[in-house]
Amino acid sequence: MTAAAREQAARIGETRGDRLRRMLSSRVASVVALLIAVLWTIPTFGLFINSLRPDQEIRTSGWWTFFTDPEISLYNYNYVLYSDSQGGGLFVNLINTVVITIIGVLVPVTFAALAAYALSWINFRGRNALYIGIFALQVVPLQMALIPLLSIFSRGLHIGDFTLMPAWDLDGVYTIVQVWIAHSIFGLPLAIFLLHNFMRELPGDVMEAARIDGATHSQIFRKVVLPLVTPALASIAIFQFLWVWNDFLVGRTFAPGEATRPLTAVLGDMAGTWGFGWTRLPAAAFIAIIVPLVVFLLLQRYFVRGLLAGSVKG
Amino acid sequence: MDISAYLDRFGLLAVGLIAFVAILMALYGLAELASRRDRNRAVATVFLAPAVLFLLVGLVYPAVRTFAMSFFGSEGDEFVGLRNYAWAVSDPDALQILINTALWIIVVPLLSTALGLVYAVLIDGRTGERVYKALVFLPMGISFVGASIIWKFVYQYSGTGENQIGLLNAVLRGLGLQPVNWLTEFPMNNFLLMVVLIWIEVGFATVVLSAALKGVPIEMIEAARIDGAKPAQIFWNITVPSIRSAIVVVAVTVFIATLKLFDIVRAMTQGHYGTDVLAHNMVEQAFRLNNDGRGATLAVLLFLLVVPVVIYQVRNMRRQELEAR
Repeated sequence: MTAAAREQAARIGETRGDRLRRMLSSRVASVVALLIAVLWTIPTFGLFINSLRPDQEIRTSGWWTFFTDPEISLYNYNYVLYSDSQGGGLFVNLINTVVITIIGVLVPVTFAALAAYALSWINFRGRNALYIGIFALQVVPLQMALIPLLSIFSRGLHIGDFTLMPAWDLDGVYTIVQVWIAHSIFGLPLAIFLLHNFMRELPGDVMEAARIDGATHSQIFRKVVLPLVTPALASIAIFQFLWVWNDFLVGRTFAPGEATRPLTAVLGDMAGTWGFGWTRLPAAAFIAIIVPLVVFLLLQRYFVRGLLAGSVKG
Repeated sequence: MDISAYLDRFGLLAVGLIAFVAILMALYGLAELASRRDRNRAVATVFLAPAVLFLLVGLVYPAVRTFAMSFFGSEGDEFVGLRNYAWAVSDPDALQILINTALWIIVVPLLSTALGLVYAVLIDGRTGERVYKALVFLPMGISFVGASIIWKFVYQYSGTGENQIGLLNAVLRGLGLQPVNWLTEFPMNNFLLMVVLIWIEVGFATVVLSAALKGVPIEMIEAARIDGAKPAQIFWNITVPSIRSAIVVVAVTVFIATLKLFDIVRAMTQGHYGTDVLAHNMVEQAFRLNNDGRGATLAVLLFLLVVPVVIYQVRNMRRQELEAR
């Protein structure tokens, strides 16, 4: 066997990546990839280290000094969660976030599933036009809706002198209801679009067979379609979960009170003013980050599948 | 801590959940009724009613209303014609906001997509590819606010100069240079804010493009190589064209996210030091300065900027579907 033939043989088993890398001169490629990976990780890592250090240390030295002079304190975590003093007591905001997120995910995903089923498997006139209309709504940025939606809640909906819906006049904890509704509305277009894509792909003869056996649409939806689109539902629920949990703008607009805001909204303004309590920010931020991060890592597969379904949040 | 202080929130959650289940059961009952009579239109109405109602009241009507409001004054009762739009394109502060926004929507999608592509190519097929991908993908799970806090500590500047606790300034000092107050230095601060968003979006770009790379036919690359094509030629003439539509999807998605960016500007500088952008100033105008007219105008501008891109995206997707057939 000649050297060339041996080389040829060795290359048959190699992957596409191997080949590309060989072309891009392997060593440089390795160094660059490693460099990017490290650069991308260090900032988060630094915040985590900082969150475990005592106040005075955060104030006077960088997080990297932790490795020469390790000093661990959970004081900041305790303070931001439970202290009655300024910048503390965020536990209540964490609860707000949880309460907002549960309904803020459940409602839009359910309503979107119902709508997507009707748009894919029930024959009625004007179906395509309606679908295109909902699809187009993805283009409307939520900023377009903020001012009028808030005014609907606070002033009601009127046509001339006729009151279509009275003002809600919610205050205190009840403003959370407004956040639920806002998140449900803003999440719908994308969720309907994605679920419609998935449901349309289901085999028509299964549906047909069920119809012939006398199953009604609601039965088909519950017993045939829902089990089949569970992975799609999961990926959409994760999208919506990340969106709601990490949201800043909707929360601070619709539940403006200090005690009713979700955690991320409080943090956003704390970071913006960078006031007296900035040394508590690493711990507070980490509390807000850790839940979505864990969910994200555990369910990454579903999330990526959703991303690859050709989705754009509009 | 006193658990009872939080009971009202859980009470609200319980009521919300019960109401939700009740609505679902009512809808189900109605759908059953309509189904038995085999009335497709009625069944479809029941299935679509909640979503359509939400969208009409919460998105369609408000969008139309916002459009109308952009022609009215700060209180929404005095018709001012195009005065708000004239303000947006002539006032020096407003112009700065438009310029900043333009910079954002050019720089962030371009760099995020390019970096994501390079990284995806570099790690494709490498041992530990999944770990490499996960490390860069991780910021996608972090909120914009969380990311801002993370980066604010990187950029932090301490006036005394001795002990710099921000990573960037510590590096500068290590090199024997003077520390910089990064976030107040215009125009550089704009780019430092962009870094935060790029840091988040590169992971997204990597994951989508890396999946697309797996679909590039090996035979084509192999043939080109045998014909003596150089690596760079292969990259530009085969790899990039093969995943062109994925690149477009990534760039457009990042573009839209960038345009609607509020959180990072809010949490980093609150729009001071010449860093304000459209989506952030829109909220400032509407809710802090109580100028509904200007707020609505900026929202409309935002909308007008998104539309052509989404149309392009839809065309791109349709062509992709046709090609797949």
